[in-house]
Amino acid sequence: MSTAGLEVEIQGRFRALSMDLALHATDAPIVVAGPNGAGKTTLLMAILGAETPARGHVTLDGVPLFDRARDVDVPVERRRIGYLPQRYTLFPHLAVLDNVAYGVPAVHRPERRRRAAETLAALGLASLAARRPAELSGGEAQRVALARALASEPRALLLDEPLAALDASVRREVRRFIAARVRALAIPAVVVTHDRADAEAFGGEVVVIERGAVVQRGPLAALAAAPATEFVRRFVDRSPEG
Amino acid sequence: MSERPDPRAGRSVLDAVLWPTAVGLASGVLVLLVALPIAGLLLTSSPGALIRALGDPMVGPALGVTASTTTVSLALIVACGTPLAWLLARHRTRAARIVETLVHLPVVLPPAVAGVALLLAFGRRGLMGPPLAALGVGLPFSRAAVVLAQAFVAAPFYVQAAIAAFRRLDPDLVLVARTLGASRPRVFFTVAVPISWPALGAGAALSWARALGEFGATLLFAGNLTGRTQTLPLAIYTALESDLRAAQSLSIVMVAVAFAVLVAVRAGTRP
Repeated sequence: MSTAGLEVEIQGRFRALSMDLALHATDAPIVVAGPNGAGKTTLLMAILGAETPARGHVTLDGVPLFDRARDVDVPVERRRIGYLPQRYTLFPHLAVLDNVAYGVPAVHRPERRRRAAETLAALGLASLAARRPAELSGGEAQRVALARALASEPRALLLDEPLAALDASVRREVRRFIAARVRALAIPAVVVTHDRADAEAFGGEVVVIERGAVVQRGPLAALAAAPATEFVRRFVDRSPEG
Repeated sequence: MSERPDPRAGRSVLDAVLWPTAVGLASGVLVLLVALPIAGLLLTSSPGALIRALGDPMVGPALGVTASTTTVSLALIVACGTPLAWLLARHRTRAARIVETLVHLPVVLPPAVAGVALLLAFGRRGLMGPPLAALGVGLPFSRAAVVLAQAFVAAPFYVQAAIAAFRRLDPDLVLVARTLGASRPRVFFTVAVPISWPALGAGAALSWARALGEFGATLLFAGNLTGRTQTLPLAIYTALESDLRAAQSLSIVMVAVAFAVLVAVRAGTRP
């Protein structure tokens, strides 16, 4: 069954958590929601290759990245899956341009920097190129981190609460910025969030997991119409942010 | 008013006189204990006599031996200690903890014990004696023995600093670097080491200062041969028997170097 997109099936015990769930992301972002400790970050780690599930598989565009049964486990750096964590993770010792150039798949540094500059320009961030990460605001830092992920030409993208560390005042604008870029990419994307507003902005399917398993999935409207659990009810009830 | 307790009554003599006096005395004793010997070094001879004493035939070779051996031992410590620290910082297994304790052991080991241990490991009749002899290598009382003794006692200072620095590194930075296509070695050389650089530099400076002052293990394992294994501390020891001025001059040189290291380390580790 070789299909397009990102197919994930994970079973096994991760520390105190027993996980058993499946996801299939095509070219629209999937939003994953769930209470703390539900296994959202563990799911992302397993897709990236930083955690090894006891059973299951991860397949990207028909290519197996992980398959316990067939002994396939592609290392993190060869999976070509972009990752945008919640905390600011720009390399503090590199200027913005060199941060973005870090993952550009080109051999020579001038070529990497040229393409990094193109990516920054395409995202309207060219004016930040010479800055140090310490000189950026939180919103600028997350935009540059997205630019860095995109410049590495990922075939899928994972975002772990990318807006959670931002001030409420800039969150809305950065959310619109990131959601528009991720949707435009048309590659499989998984967005972990606590916030209904993210689910609205990224669109697509919402998958709610609790204690390592999927409790409900579907469009946000369908979840709102018939929430399966207390968490889902509170997640869809939260009034959209101002 | 006389019925109310006087607010100062409880802290009368003890608080107002005895305690400040005791603290002042105790502090003064320790500061003098450190300051007086330094003052003795600096003030008991004229600058001219001290500079002339640096012309002693022992001084040049000792400086040369010290410069070359501490350079090599520091290079050895950094080249092997940085990967070791990276390994120990990223693995929290029982084996890692055992290795970490073992590597720190020389800090609390008397240098004389280190010298005996090195002899019993690398000496002609030591553990590695026969295989080394088969290779035609005689380590004791050679320049290489000086380097080994210095590396043995000084490595923990660098490794400890490097482990602490690598543990402070955000694991998400390492993971993000790998998702950007960087192999494990590239992450190590382009992310972990550059970000930890100030702390690694401070650790290297402390480690080098410890190697510079190495005396006991060197004396036992490498001997005190002028121009071959006689480092500055050994030269000071030897000079004491003949020319106190030369010992004093060399000591002042080492105080200046130690002070410079301290200032550099403070600057490097300032947050």
